[in-house]
Amino acid sequence: MKRLGSWTGRLLPLLVGPGMLGSLYLIFMVVPTERVQGIVQRIFYFHVPAAWAAFLGFFVVAIASSLFLWSGRAAYDRVARAAAEIGMVFCTLVLLTGPIWARPIWGAWWTWDPRLTMTMILWTIYAAYLLLRAFGGAEEAVARYAAVLGIVGALDIPLIMISVRLWRGIHPSVITARPGEGGLADPSMRFTLLFTGLCFVLLFAWMLLVRLRALRVEDEIEAVHSRIHPA
Amino acid sequence: MLAILAKDLRIELRTREGVSSLAVLGLLVLLVFQFAFPERPTPEAAAAALWLAFVLAGTIGAQRTFLLERENACMHGLVTAPLDPAMIFVAKMLGNVVILTVLQFIVVPLTVVFFNVTPTGHLGWLAVVCFLGNVGFSAVTTLFAAISVRIRAREVMLPLLVLPLVSPLLIAAVKASARLLGDGSVAEVSVWIQVLAAFDVIFAASGWLLFEYVVRE
Repeated sequence: MKRLGSWTGRLLPLLVGPGMLGSLYLIFMVVPTERVQGIVQRIFYFHVPAAWAAFLGFFVVAIASSLFLWSGRAAYDRVARAAAEIGMVFCTLVLLTGPIWARPIWGAWWTWDPRLTMTMILWTIYAAYLLLRAFGGAEEAVARYAAVLGIVGALDIPLIMISVRLWRGIHPSVITARPGEGGLADPSMRFTLLFTGLCFVLLFAWMLLVRLRALRVEDEIEAVHSRIHPA
Repeated sequence: MLAILAKDLRIELRTREGVSSLAVLGLLVLLVFQFAFPERPTPEAAAAALWLAFVLAGTIGAQRTFLLERENACMHGLVTAPLDPAMIFVAKMLGNVVILTVLQFIVVPLTVVFFNVTPTGHLGWLAVVCFLGNVGFSAVTTLFAAISVRIRAREVMLPLLVLPLVSPLLIAAVKASARLLGDGSVAEVSVWIQVLAAFDVIFAASGWLLFEYVVRE
């Protein structure tokens, strides 16, 4: 596990670095400007991949939390914690890039569209998760409580999706029916989206590894410290 | 399990501490909402005020669920008793359901009077919506009240943990009640009742399964 970590830890930056530069090149040089929305549409290639990475993060939190409660191994808890932190970063990016696009296109920074509402609710759930971890107190117990929240939060996602959709009526899906976009007409648009999506997922994986390494070192220092100064 | 429930209800019956303070709190929220709404509030506003009064008072009330057990290390006694922890969860959740039902019996009529709405003809459906909303909310708050009494910063943490999780329940309950307090098209209500029922099942089941990990010492 440790060996594998160090090997992928060396490979991932080599993929992510050029990948992100390549994404920027594709987004700003290759992809044609969208006819109706103009230049601002290009933020879409950051917005959607960030959303994928955020969802991936929350998915990892739920899986790692279940494994942690089931096995009690601290390694799973560290995975859940790191994934929650990084998922939050991407979720925040989604919530920031969305309004930048929405202001010129929808004419408002924010609307209570189902997807926006859902992302906002998810953000608050995982914000609570991180606050619980930060201010909860005693480490081991709080790890269990956070795992419970990580699982319950993920179980809540389908209910949130259904209820916000019913709440605002059935809203057209963003990718297929954004006005004038015709479901990403140009093939290079589709390619750019997939390429940046892949890069964001790799970036997520790399950040996760780096954060995991830091958390493991923290735990080791903590262990040494408590051996020197037994409470 | 029934013993725990009976004990909690007996304490409540003798002191009336929870219900009386929650009732006044619910009344206050409804009153404060009057200042925020326009002169002739819609049934939607009435439903929103009703459920916000319920949720705010309910979250504060739920803090008490496990506070009682902190005195004299009662929780330790409960956990070490030869008893499935899931049963403690069920007992505590039912206790909350009972107290919140009393709260609803106070808040719903007050809403009808204050907001001048007429739910006649749909009282049965309104009762179903209130009951399902109550059960789901109690399931979530009971699980997280058990967590919040064990951590630092407990007063802020419980609403912080509970409110985002209950948002689908809140949407469903408000929408359904708005229909029932207003024109009362029951067809639209049934889909919300399904959402509420799904919420209840998912959170009662996850509380039942996960409670063990919360109280383990």
